[in-house]
Amino acid sequence: MTESTDWPLWEVFVRSRRGVSHTHAGSLHAPDAQMALRNARDLYTRRNEGVSLWVVPSTAITASSPDEKDSFFEPSGDKPYRHPTFYEIPEGVKHL
Amino acid sequence: MTTVTAQDRTAAFDAAVAADERIEPRDWMPDAYRATLVRQIAQHAHSEIIGMQPEANWITRAPSLRRKAILIAKVQDEAGHGLYLYSAAETLGTSREELLDKLHSGRQKYSSIFNYPTLTWADVGAIGWLVDGAAITNQVPLCRCSYGPYARAMVRICKEESFHQRQGYESLLALSRGTPAQHAMAQDAVDRWWWPSLMMFGPPDDESAHSAQSMEWKIKRHSNDELRQRFVDICVPQAEALGLTLPDPQLKWNDERGHHDFGPIDWTEFREVLKGNGPCNDQRITQRKQAHDEGAWVREAAAAYATKHATQRPAEPTTARTAPGEATA
Repeated sequence: MTESTDWPLWEVFVRSRRGVSHTHAGSLHAPDAQMALRNARDLYTRRNEGVSLWVVPSTAITASSPDEKDSFFEPSGDKPYRHPTFYEIPEGVKHL
Repeated sequence: MTTVTAQDRTAAFDAAVAADERIEPRDWMPDAYRATLVRQIAQHAHSEIIGMQPEANWITRAPSLRRKAILIAKVQDEAGHGLYLYSAAETLGTSREELLDKLHSGRQKYSSIFNYPTLTWADVGAIGWLVDGAAITNQVPLCRCSYGPYARAMVRICKEESFHQRQGYESLLALSRGTPAQHAMAQDAVDRWWWPSLMMFGPPDDESAHSAQSMEWKIKRHSNDELRQRFVDICVPQAEALGLTLPDPQLKWNDERGHHDFGPIDWTEFREVLKGNGPCNDQRITQRKQAHDEGAWVREAAAAYATKHATQRPAEPTTARTAPGEATA
């Protein structure tokens, strides 16, 4: 094994406390999942920032294309009726 | 999907920067913007990694277990900061290996401040107070840098730097209030670190090669001289509270400007250190390469282990058995 290539890249997600989602914290290189998890602990939770960690190979993530972002998200752009503020309710009506 | 022209892309980039939006890795960006960021983030990352050396020099000789534990935590933070920044640089299309190679071969720089030696224990305090203080002054505006990954790394780093500066200040204060010999040691450290700290903000505005373009791209938010002035103004009362003096006879409050005036900086020294002629340039790079070479077997063993287990037990969900939080216990 020569070091001609870097270890694979992993994306790190941290759950900061129970009850909230894991949030992307950053990335790191590690040879395997277990080492990625340990490196993530040392790198992203040195000050009790987390109660749970996920590491995901960066290559496993499929992302939308920034060039297409307008057309990709366009279908929801013309549907303001999906928001509660779209509807007019008479003054004084409560609990709506 | 319609074809996006080069003009559209440039316009979209310019508009995003003008609107104070962030540029993200997969967005189109001008080649020069990308190159500027790689250069700056790499230099920043290298500075964190090389910056571990002058302080690590005192870990085994820290005066108490408390100071030793603090110093180890600080040096570990610097390693972490380097890694956040290398990751940010890699989002621009460079690789870790390439970055380290350019550091080792001198094709990318690190902050010239780390080419000065740490001669006494008081230097550790002076670095925390002045060097990290100057770094914070530089870095806080970078949290609003136009490139998203760099800005996010800086937010994390700035949170952690505050501990660095305060531990240094506390350590210097203890020495300043100690025996006459300890007080003299603290003063000597401040005398040696003050001017190099002011040089950390880079050349004066009219001689700074990259400043104007970086400001236009909102990579940089304030000029070198502006940040340097801010730092001087912050330090003067802090030095008074320490009972130490800053080694500049021309340093005095200017009522008209609302700032402190200070003496001329020796830019010849700055350029010499930058060129490689500082007291520790060779030592820093030699030690860095040595650490990298001596760690090669660890990297190879870990990679071999990963390969072996990947072929023997594909996709075994070992991580699932780790209860949340268990790894941090």
